[in-house]
Amino acid sequence: MVKNSFIFLVLIGLAAILLNLFAGFNGSTELGTIAAHYASKGIEEVGSANLVTSVVVSYRGLDTLGEVTILFLSAAIIGFFLKVDNTDNKNRQLKYTSEILNTASQVLVPIMLLFGAYVFINGHLSPGGGFQGGAIIASGLVLMFIAQPKKEMGHKMINIVESVSGVSFVLLGVAGILFASGFLDNKILSLGKFGTLFSAGIIPIIYILVGLKVGSELTGIALSLKENQNEA
Amino acid sequence: MLSIILALFLGILILVLAVMAVQNKNIVVAIIAAGAVSLFASILYLVLAAPDVAMTEAAIGSGLSTIIFFYVLNKIKRQNG
Repeated sequence: MVKNSFIFLVLIGLAAILLNLFAGFNGSTELGTIAAHYASKGIEEVGSANLVTSVVVSYRGLDTLGEVTILFLSAAIIGFFLKVDNTDNKNRQLKYTSEILNTASQVLVPIMLLFGAYVFINGHLSPGGGFQGGAIIASGLVLMFIAQPKKEMGHKMINIVESVSGVSFVLLGVAGILFASGFLDNKILSLGKFGTLFSAGIIPIIYILVGLKVGSELTGIALSLKENQNEA
Repeated sequence: MLSIILALFLGILILVLAVMAVQNKNIVVAIIAAGAVSLFASILYLVLAAPDVAMTEAAIGSGLSTIIFFYVLNKIKRQNG
């Protein structure tokens, strides 16, 4: 009872703090200086039809690199702790997966993989990008794991894709210092015609790399967890 | 106006599902409710004109994390009995 009333008091305190914030908020009618620069100069400086992409990959590319690094670290730690020795998982009992799930997964998995690839290749033109595309690809592969639990899939391929794309991402960033004006600058390649697939300099390549990296990392996490079900 | 009504409706739905996820004694129901919170949150992001965030939320919040919770739940159940 004392505990409950304490929780109630904490909630009231939080509500009072948030009410203050809410009352003080009256929305801004115009963009701040940096945001106004991104919105007005973004198209000619970066050449990406999706302004969010130009901010995420070009202006704030370093933050994206940090995000990808954090995801890599968490995937590596999960892989480290959930390591299984594949000695006696041959005799485990698998539950029967339903006909509906099996058939639906055969139709849906290729479409989901294709859509994920579409999202990260078109990241500079339409909503979405490397992170979203990678997550969609990982969801497709996880659906495959659920529908066909007997199918084995090695970690080797996932690790190779992840490492190669991560290293290339950093190398492209360094190439920005050498051939353009700074780290992860997108003008290594020409900006191209605005709004076409081959435009916005290096952004499509970076987004393909980020998509592959995120997709392989999330798939690796799910695969580690799936393999861990094998232990009796 | 319509989008405000839709946003309010989705917000209330999210609150109800979130309370359900915390209070329900059945863990499977709680996990599904948590996934549904993410699903409706992604629709809310779409209504509020943030399709990028909506895509991430739908794929990770309601897809992958729900599956990961189920894998972990299965593992814990096997160890406990």
